[in-house]
Amino acid sequence: MNSSSVTSAPSGDADTDSPARSSRSLLRAAAVPVASVALGLVLGALLITVQGHSVLSAYGALVLGGLGDADAVLRTLQKATPLIFGGLAVAFAFKAGLFNIGGQGQLLVGAAFAAGVGFGIDGLPLVIHLPLALLVGGAAGAAWAAIAGVLKATSGAHEVIVTIMLNFVAGNLTDWLALNPWQDTSGSNIIARTPLVEDSAVIPTWGWLPAGFLLAVIAAVACWFLLERTTYGYEVRSVGANRHAARYAGISVGWIMASVMGVSGLLAGLGGAVESLGVDGRFEAGVNVGLGFEGITIALLARTHPVAVIPAGLLVGVMEAGAAKMQFESGVAPEIIDVIQALILLFVAAPMIVRWLLRLRDADDRLLTLGTGWGR
Amino acid sequence: MTVIETPPGAAARRRWSPARIWTVAGAVTVVACVWFFYAWNGAQTTAVLSGTVRAATLLVLGAMCGMLGERSGIVNIGIEGQFLMSAFAAFTVASVVGSLAAGVVAGVAAGLAMGWLLAAMSIGLRTDQIIAGTVLNIAALGLTSFFYDRGRSLGQLKYQAIELGPLADLPVVGRALFNRPPLTYLALVLVVVLHVMLLRSVWGMRTTAIGEHPGAAATVGVDVIRLRYLNVTLAGGLAGLGGAYLALEAVGTFSRAMSGGRGFLALAVMIFGRRTPLGAYAAALFFGFTTALQNQFQLNDTFDIPAQFVGMLPFVVTIIVVAAAGLFGHMRDPAALGQPYEVR
Repeated sequence: MNSSSVTSAPSGDADTDSPARSSRSLLRAAAVPVASVALGLVLGALLITVQGHSVLSAYGALVLGGLGDADAVLRTLQKATPLIFGGLAVAFAFKAGLFNIGGQGQLLVGAAFAAGVGFGIDGLPLVIHLPLALLVGGAAGAAWAAIAGVLKATSGAHEVIVTIMLNFVAGNLTDWLALNPWQDTSGSNIIARTPLVEDSAVIPTWGWLPAGFLLAVIAAVACWFLLERTTYGYEVRSVGANRHAARYAGISVGWIMASVMGVSGLLAGLGGAVESLGVDGRFEAGVNVGLGFEGITIALLARTHPVAVIPAGLLVGVMEAGAAKMQFESGVAPEIIDVIQALILLFVAAPMIVRWLLRLRDADDRLLTLGTGWGR
Repeated sequence: MTVIETPPGAAARRRWSPARIWTVAGAVTVVACVWFFYAWNGAQTTAVLSGTVRAATLLVLGAMCGMLGERSGIVNIGIEGQFLMSAFAAFTVASVVGSLAAGVVAGVAAGLAMGWLLAAMSIGLRTDQIIAGTVLNIAALGLTSFFYDRGRSLGQLKYQAIELGPLADLPVVGRALFNRPPLTYLALVLVVVLHVMLLRSVWGMRTTAIGEHPGAAATVGVDVIRLRYLNVTLAGGLAGLGGAYLALEAVGTFSRAMSGGRGFLALAVMIFGRRTPLGAYAAALFFGFTTALQNQFQLNDTFDIPAQFVGMLPFVVTIIVVAAAGLFGHMRDPAALGQPYEVR
C-alpha cells in the first residue's frame, strides 16, 4: 500500500450532505465513465468505417437489437444479469484492495454445480429446489474464490495469480463434469453439457423481465448496504484503504481478505447459477468464457460503486444483446464489442486521458491502489 | 555513475547456503531421473524432453519480459496480451509478405508497442499497474478476435529444426536441445546475455536500483522515468519474440486466444526463477516438463487419467509454487514494485 491511499480512508457516502451537492458530485463522478463510453464508441465507429461498413446502420442495429422490442429487452436483461454479478464480484473485492480476476472460474463452477443440483434432484417443490440450486451454485463460487483468499491471508500468494490459475483449473474441471459424470446422455448427445434442469429449478421469466435480473439488482443493493452500513463493511473498506492501519486498529486483516474473496466468489457463482437455471436451462462447457474480464470493465466503469454496477452492466448487456443483429444487418463482426469494451476500460482506467481531452479538473482520480508485489 | 566493483550478494553466493544445497540436490535428482528414463525408454524420453524445451522457450521469454519490468519496479500482468497481439502480428505479416523473418520483426514490433503502452499507462499516466496489464490483455483479445481472418494460412512451412552438427548426436539431450528451430536458439542466447547484463552491467545495476529505491537512484543521476520506460518497452519486445515464436515456430498458425494462459504461467516462472534469466530458464524447464508430460499422457493412453485433470497440472503446480514461495521462501520483491514514481 502506498501512503497516498491513506487519505481516502473510509468515510460515509460523499453525497449525503445536501441535494444540490449530491447531484453535482454525482455528475462529477459520472463525467469520466460517460466520456469514456462515448470515446470508446467513437473509436469503435472509426474501426467500423475503416472496415468499410456503415456506422449508422451498425450502431442502429446494435441499439434495436438490444432495446427494440420486448424480446430485445429480455435478451438484454438476460445478458446483463451475469455481467452485473460479475461486476459486483470485482467491485466488492476492490473495496478490500483485492483484485478478483477469477470471476470466470467462479462463474463456471457456480453454473455447473447449480445445474448439477437442478437436474440431479427431482420431486422437490420450486420454493425449495430453486433456492437450493442457487445456493449451491453460489457456495461453489464462494469456495472456489475462497481458495485464493485463504492463500492470500496465510501465505501472501497474490490473488491475481491464484485466481487466474483457478480459472484454468475450473475450465478443465467443469469440462470434465459436463463430459463424464454429469453428461446429458439423452439421444446421441456428444456435446459437453448436462441434461436440462427440472422445471422446479428453472428461474421464471415474466414477459420481458427475467427474475434473475431482479436477483442481480437485489444483490447490488445488498452489497451497497453491507459495505456502507455495517461494521463488516467498514472493516472491509479499512483494509482496502490501508491494510497496516487496519491491522493496528484491531481488524483481523486475514479474515477480511479471505471472507471478501468468499463473498466475491459467491456473487460470481450466483451469476453462473442464474445463467444455468434462468437462461440456458443446463450447464454447457465453456459457457460465457471471458466474463471475468467483462466484470473488470463493468466494475471500473461503475467506479466500484455496487449500485452503479447495474447501469454499467446494462450498457454492456445492450451491446452484447444487439451484437447478433448488428452482424446480421450491417456485416460488422460482433467482436467489435470486445474492442469497444477494451477501449472503454482503457479510458476509465487512465482518466488522465479523458480529463485532458475534456479539460476537466478533478484531483481525486485515483480509483484504487491494489496490493503491490507478489510476496507477503 | 561509477563502475560497480562488487555485485551485491556476491559473498553470499560463494557460501553454501541451504538454498544452494537444495538447488544442487534438485539438479542432481533431475539429471539422474532423466538418465534413468532415457535408459528405460529412449524415444519417449526424447519426446518429453523436446516438448519440455518447446514449452520452456515461450515461458522463459515471457518470464524475462516480466522480470525486466519488475526489476524496474513495474508489475506486468499483460504478458498474455503481449504474446497474443504479437503472435497475431507475426502470423499476419508473415502470411501477407510471405517471409517468416518479416513476421518475427512484426511480432517484436507489436510487442514493443504493447510494452510502450503498458509503460505509458503505468509510468506516464500512473494507472494502477495491475489494471494497466489487464487493459493489455482485454485489448489484445478484442483486437485480435476482431481482425482475425479464419481463412488465412501461413502459406509456407513454419520454422524448421536446424541441426547443430555433432552436438545434435549427443546422447539424451542432443535431439532435444541441439536440433531446434532458430528462434529457440535465439531465446537461449538471450537468456544468457540478459543474465549477464542484468547482474553485471551498469544498466543492470541501475535497473535494480530503480526497482528497489527509485529516489536514491535519482539522487545519483539516474533518470528513473526514462529508464523505466525503456525497460518496460524493451521487455515488450521479448514478449513479442515469444508471440512470434508461438505463431511461427511452435504452432505455425494463429488462433483465437492461442496464448492459453502461458503469459500468466510466465509470471509464476519468473517468481520461481527469482527474477534472474537463468533461474527463470530452470523454472521454465520445470513448468515446460509438466506441459510436455501432459501431452505425452494424452498421446499414449498408458495412464487412465482424464485429459482435463492432466490439463490442470501446470496451473495447479503454479498455485502450489506461488503459495509455497510465500510460506517457505526467503525471496523478496523489489521494494518499489507496483508503486508509481513521481518526480518531486
